[in-house]
Amino acid sequence: MIDPFVTARALRDAIASRAISAEAACRAALDRIAATDNRLHAFHEVHAEKALSRARALDRLPGPAGPLHGVPVALKDNIAAAGAVTTAGSRILERYVSPFDATVVQRLDAAGAVIVGNTICDEFAMGSSTENCAFGPARNPWDASRAPGGSSGGSAVAVAAGMTPIALGSDTGGSIRQPAAFCGIVGLKPTYGRVSRFGLLAYASSLDQIGPFARTVDDAALCLEAIAGADPLDATAASRPVPAFTSALTGTVEGSTIGVPWTLLDMGVDRDVRQAFDESIRTLERMGAAIADVELPHARFAIPTYYLVATAEASSNLARYDGVRFGLRAADAATVDQMYDRTREAGFGPEVKRRIMLGTYVLSAGYYDAYYLKAQQVRTLIRRDYDRAFERVDAVALPTTPTAAFGLGERTGDPLQMYLADVFTVSAPLAGLPAISVPCGYAESGLPIGLQLTGRAWDEATILRMAAAYEQAMPWKDRHPPL
Amino acid sequence: MAQRLDDADVRRIAALAHLELSADEVELFSKQLTDILAYVAELQSVDTSGIPPTSHPQAAEPAWRDDAPRPSIDRDAVLAGAPDASPRAGLFKVPKVL
Repeated sequence: MIDPFVTARALRDAIASRAISAEAACRAALDRIAATDNRLHAFHEVHAEKALSRARALDRLPGPAGPLHGVPVALKDNIAAAGAVTTAGSRILERYVSPFDATVVQRLDAAGAVIVGNTICDEFAMGSSTENCAFGPARNPWDASRAPGGSSGGSAVAVAAGMTPIALGSDTGGSIRQPAAFCGIVGLKPTYGRVSRFGLLAYASSLDQIGPFARTVDDAALCLEAIAGADPLDATAASRPVPAFTSALTGTVEGSTIGVPWTLLDMGVDRDVRQAFDESIRTLERMGAAIADVELPHARFAIPTYYLVATAEASSNLARYDGVRFGLRAADAATVDQMYDRTREAGFGPEVKRRIMLGTYVLSAGYYDAYYLKAQQVRTLIRRDYDRAFERVDAVALPTTPTAAFGLGERTGDPLQMYLADVFTVSAPLAGLPAISVPCGYAESGLPIGLQLTGRAWDEATILRMAAAYEQAMPWKDRHPPL
Repeated sequence: MAQRLDDADVRRIAALAHLELSADEVELFSKQLTDILAYVAELQSVDTSGIPPTSHPQAAEPAWRDDAPRPSIDRDAVLAGAPDASPRAGLFKVPKVL
């Protein structure tokens, strides 16, 4: 019997040493999915036969295929895998089968991972709860009446519920870190350009970044090592060497300085979240980190800035869904224009339409300077705030989210209220910085709370090291949802 | 400079965005987009004179790749994903344009 909460590292070692087979590990993941997913709805599709035959092929190899040898992995449903349905949570791609692999999928393959299926996400990664998924929301494993967070909620649930040790998500405004916090696991948004976006269905191209969910920081580092690096198919994937992130995890925070923008916490943080955050800062200080006050004066403008930049880019990226080359086409169109208009009307959900409309408006003649250009200028100021902070500190700490997981249906009627779930996560992607969410306690309700550490560009190693040291000092990683 | 969007504005934006909105959606979006624009108007309070815009989060290093031919995605596989296509002619089909 394989422990469903085994780490990717331990599982890989056991498979590499032939203590268990990759096939047995794959079956255990599939059995766990079969036993729990009817309640949690983490997966859009499970590729059981394909995964088992891949696992058997790995077992026939003379030695380990790579650092994720035999590890079951789940993919967010906006990452293309050849021969698999890739919907991005949208009706417009309901039957779309990708003819190619995303670069991260090729790299997972090369690392020996076994992809078991694709997970529920908000439509085109737009949302903070998975309630914008055209195929129904995923549920929080700690309390099924709660949202798992979004947009990569299904991937977070898969890892938190013990279905797969690792899953990939994508983070545009917080879509990896926020669901990681809501589900009590680790989520990492790498530096923009660290991981190729080739094969990621684009939402906002200057913000989107693929990253891992895991139950331990070490597993997240292991996965990042496997997927990071330059890619001739994505000119924005930087040609920088990829450090050995797992060897950076020395277990100590001594000698590091962590900055806390205390004034931002006045923007409305639940009492439980505030207590857990304050306690985590005291713990890091006891462990030897220096704590410093930092000012990020423009961070309070991050949400409006994000929504203008992201929707403008979305309106452009989503223009490709026109009924011509892939996906849905409205049946009753007499002209090409009608085909475009009706296909998009029928295929997109309300949040996607709302963001396309906002983006189209802010890019239109007469409003470009007032909205889009203004937002890009404020984006510069947000970046400069971080540059200044990083002259003095090695990481900036904040709660990942202002509240623990909210209830499904609680915020769907009010888009602005939903957007506020991302108040602490949107700054890092605007500045292109790496950020990690690591569990830092539980609310009275029993729901998990996340600590977010944002680092310098290209310096994932530092925030991984801090998060791993904190994780080792605390009992949170050993707590699992009651399923 | 909070903007109020009326139904005609929403219809004009929808036409630009190629969305055939229902009457209910036009009404809903005119309210919601007005609210969102009122909210984002707080950016106007930030002094950005002389501040350059950021369109890309990292200073882009030139990413070069070899100028070498390589196979593309298989044409039949691409056409197989289209709602209407002629694999024999290698074409996507759309309603009559002319």
